[in-house]
Amino acid sequence: MSAAIELCGVEKRFGDIAIIRHIDLSVAQGERHALIGPNGAGKSTTFNLISGYMAPSSGSVLLRGEEISGLPPYQINRRGLSRSFQVTNVFANMSVWENLRCAVLWSTGQRYAFWKNIDKLPEVRERTAQILADINLLGRRDVPAGLLTYAEQRALEIGVTVAGGADIILLDEPTAGMSHAETERAVELIRRLTEGRTLLIVEHDMSVVFGLADRISVLVYGEIIASGTPQEIRNNPKVREAYLGEEAA
Amino acid sequence: MSEIAANAAPPLPTSGERLKFYGMWVAAAIVLVLLPKIFSSGGSLTTFSLIGISIIFSLSYNILLGQTGLLSFGHAVYYGLGGFLAIHAINIFSAGKWPIPLPVIPLIGGLAGLAFAALLGWVSTKRSGTAFAMISLGVGELIASSALILRTFFGGEAGVSTNRTKLLKLFGWSFGPQIQIYYLVAAWTLIAMIAMYALTRTPLGRMCNAARDNPERVQFVGYNPHVVRYLAFCFAGLFAGIAGALAAINFEIANSAYLGAEQSGTVLFATYIGGIGFFIGPIVGAIFVTMLSLGLSDLTQVWQLYFGLIFIAVVMFAPGGITGLLMMHRPLVKAGTLMRVLPSYLIALVPTVAMIAGFILSVETIVHYTVNPSDDPHIRAFGVSFDAASPIIWATAGVLLIGGFLVARMTWTRIGQAWDDATGTARDKGIAA
Repeated sequence: MSAAIELCGVEKRFGDIAIIRHIDLSVAQGERHALIGPNGAGKSTTFNLISGYMAPSSGSVLLRGEEISGLPPYQINRRGLSRSFQVTNVFANMSVWENLRCAVLWSTGQRYAFWKNIDKLPEVRERTAQILADINLLGRRDVPAGLLTYAEQRALEIGVTVAGGADIILLDEPTAGMSHAETERAVELIRRLTEGRTLLIVEHDMSVVFGLADRISVLVYGEIIASGTPQEIRNNPKVREAYLGEEAA
Repeated sequence: MSEIAANAAPPLPTSGERLKFYGMWVAAAIVLVLLPKIFSSGGSLTTFSLIGISIIFSLSYNILLGQTGLLSFGHAVYYGLGGFLAIHAINIFSAGKWPIPLPVIPLIGGLAGLAFAALLGWVSTKRSGTAFAMISLGVGELIASSALILRTFFGGEAGVSTNRTKLLKLFGWSFGPQIQIYYLVAAWTLIAMIAMYALTRTPLGRMCNAARDNPERVQFVGYNPHVVRYLAFCFAGLFAGIAGALAAINFEIANSAYLGAEQSGTVLFATYIGGIGFFIGPIVGAIFVTMLSLGLSDLTQVWQLYFGLIFIAVVMFAPGGITGLLMMHRPLVKAGTLMRVLPSYLIALVPTVAMIAGFILSVETIVHYTVNPSDDPHIRAFGVSFDAASPIIWATAGVLLIGGFLVARMTWTRIGQAWDDATGTARDKGIAA
């Protein structure tokens, strides 16, 4: 079985500056994989390269063994990969319900239909309602997304990401800026919604990372310096020196 | 449907709500039928026809601006091309004695608008925002200037004219009298309104809203925002073409003014003043602006100046347009606190009107001295005669303007307080703004 996501010798340069110097990374299907590293290491850029937001300067990105580098984001999304954003990035003037419904439309085969009444699509309605219940925003269904509280917006961000039913999910710092209690709830939500799917997550909160991930990769200055189980990463001297040492202090 | 969906999804409309919804459209149809019975003069029939055309055109523009977030400065291109194609079609059909009646002609205009939008839109909708606005301006100028160069098709300065009565007669209607044109426009207005409303409630309509709010995220839910914008652009072109064809039928002529920047500006104007955030906004705007332009031009020679000032005032103080202003009061009506703000409106009305009167007096006096200083200073504006050379008038204008402003400012503060109080109570009652 080919890996869900595979990066082979991926590089990304902006002019002379190499942000991603060399990444080889493999995420197996059904695995929860965390990508950690200090600020500016290139974690978000890596997400951008995988999700098609940017094209790599060299190297290749494979999705279930198929080359996807250079494809636009919507094509990659249609192949079953969905990502969230570090800064909430939803449809601010539209209600929670409309946000989730827009995220469901393509995967239910509606495409650009202008001859169907959107309120008369039972499958769309059912799946939107399911996601709405899953992210616990039932009481906020008709509120414009821009008026939600921060934690609610983050939950909606995850909801919009998973609503299309993609089986490979990329989450970019889903718990950033949350209180301890909110973080716990968010982790619970992520665990539940990514059940049976592949998850690649960027996260700064080490308790989240070690609690959630099956495998961890450490990115420092645009290079993966270690990949392994949480136990292996904890005991890796290079990682301790580059990253965890500071955290422990 | 599963239990979760039944509980979580918005409730489906009850039969009562559905009845109300369809009743609204039936009521609109009845109003359109009865209107000429109440106002039967030739002038009002012409006005109603112009309003109908303007409603279709403004609604088509709002597919771009309000629903997809595309600010176009060249929407009249599709209106104008629809008009020219309609004129040529009528001329060809009547010359060749084709069995095609006049009511079908707007469809030809619509298809022309659609075809040109499909042709020119792919490049311009590649980007939204400023890039789109600039390209629309460029395309608009390009087509408007070719109208003066390609004389065989556009007829140069004079334009091309036609005789709408020469086509196949339907049920004995020649479409010569204005009343028959009114009914033709009314029927097309109703069809176009229903079609454009339906469009907002389709998967494409919702993705247009999504592409307006956040084109980046649209890509990550599987949609190509360029295609979404392009399809919206094509629909806007289709309905603009219908409106243009109706205008051409109404005037029996199409000329380069149909496609020009002024026409594009007017539709932006009407749509924005009406309110781009609601479906009925452009309808309100089309009615308001058509009436105002017909009415104001009789009252003062600088009516375009007032037009511009109204537009600036709406952009600055009521970005939701007339409809937005009215809709703001919905929670107050629900909470029953509307009466707390109405008195303060009435109080503010007096000094505000005084201020505006002073302003108009000053403007008309200045216009007299700058435009035609050698004429008789006894001028007439807004139905009032006054002596622009009289110092008493100058003093009155100054007192009204400055005094009105000083008093009005206090009453505006009062409106603000009453407003906060009324909305606060509405919020406490659990009614969201």
